Amino acid sequence: MSVSTAAVEQEEKNIWMGGTSPMKVSYGKLMMWFFLLSDAITFSALLVAYGTIRFSNRAFEGDRDLFTFSQEYWPIPEKVYEAVPFLHGVELPLVFVGIMTFILIMSSVTMVLAVEAGQRMDKPAVIKWMLWTLLGGIAFLSCQAWEWGHFIVGTDTGSTLADGTVIYGANLSINQYGPPAFADFFFFITGFHGFHVFSGVMLNFLIFYWAVVGKLEKVGHYEMVEKVGLYWHFVDLVWVFVFTFFYLV
Amino acid sequence: MEEQTSNIQVIPPNKEKIRKLWKIAAILGLVTAIEFVIAFTVGPGAFKVSIFVGLTIVKAFYIVAEFMHLGHEEKALIWTILLPLIFVVWLIIALLAQGDSIYMSKF
Repeated sequence: MSVSTAAVEQEEKNIWMGGTSPMKVSYGKLMMWFFLLSDAITFSALLVAYGTIRFSNRAFEGDRDLFTFSQEYWPIPEKVYEAVPFLHGVELPLVFVGIMTFILIMSSVTMVLAVEAGQRMDKPAVIKWMLWTLLGGIAFLSCQAWEWGHFIVGTDTGSTLADGTVIYGANLSINQYGPPAFADFFFFITGFHGFHVFSGVMLNFLIFYWAVVGKLEKVGHYEMVEKVGLYWHFVDLVWVFVFTFFYLV
Repeated sequence: MEEQTSNIQVIPPNKEKIRKLWKIAAILGLVTAIEFVIAFTVGPGAFKVSIFVGLTIVKAFYIVAEFMHLGHEEKALIWTILLPLIFVVWLIIALLAQGDSIYMSKF
């Protein structure tokens, strides 16, 4: 209360001169933010590259109901992703990927609740919410494994090439759904994201374990939950963009 | 050890804060549902793409500002994270134009 205006001004000036935390976050959280920024730029490069290649290929023009897979033009995403487990042969465009999106958003919510519990030093609640977050991550990865499997194996009818050969599914050099680059980007972008989810599940498990054995409680704070939480939300954030630019547009 | 655990003060949950988090989750779910509906009702074209991009930015805002708490951090941190993304905007403009030019020269 007794601090004069001049002293406050002096303090404002000195905020960047060392000895303080001008951004008022811990070193660990700040470094996590910088890592996520660089990771965001990596993902941007991948998605923008997808856009470049898509723009340099022919788009399908004409009646969407008459769409067939062809090497000549870029496929309509919703015609590619229309399979759902246990519903073989039923066309449900984007339903499965919608479920995956929902799972990841929910696991992001449970992560925030774990962070909130950690700030209150509520160990049982941290354990409970970390467990839900872990389950969400594992469910997402399982869905992705199924989706990749389906994409690689292909549809029942496959796709007939100009020379009459029929190809099924996709790998890095052949692709029944369209130009090979389409499958390459599918594997690289969803794969790179899936690898992030996998790393996130590993980190979440570590934090869950540390919470269970009481290590975090002993340290005196649950900031590790916040740091890994930032990473986990970022994984969700990237999926939001992948969902739009890979599946919707 | 016994003594240490008993010293820890567990603060009761902040009901209002938790309700706000669930509200944001509901918004994210709702926006995704809207995207889903638009995917099958609006015809293809620039209009549809711009709706999708707009809704994606809405979702990204809520995730970054609320879930990642960036909206409540110091201004210096907010700008440190957001400003470098200007390069991404340039990357999009440059490389999409490039893709278009490749298309023109190919077909």
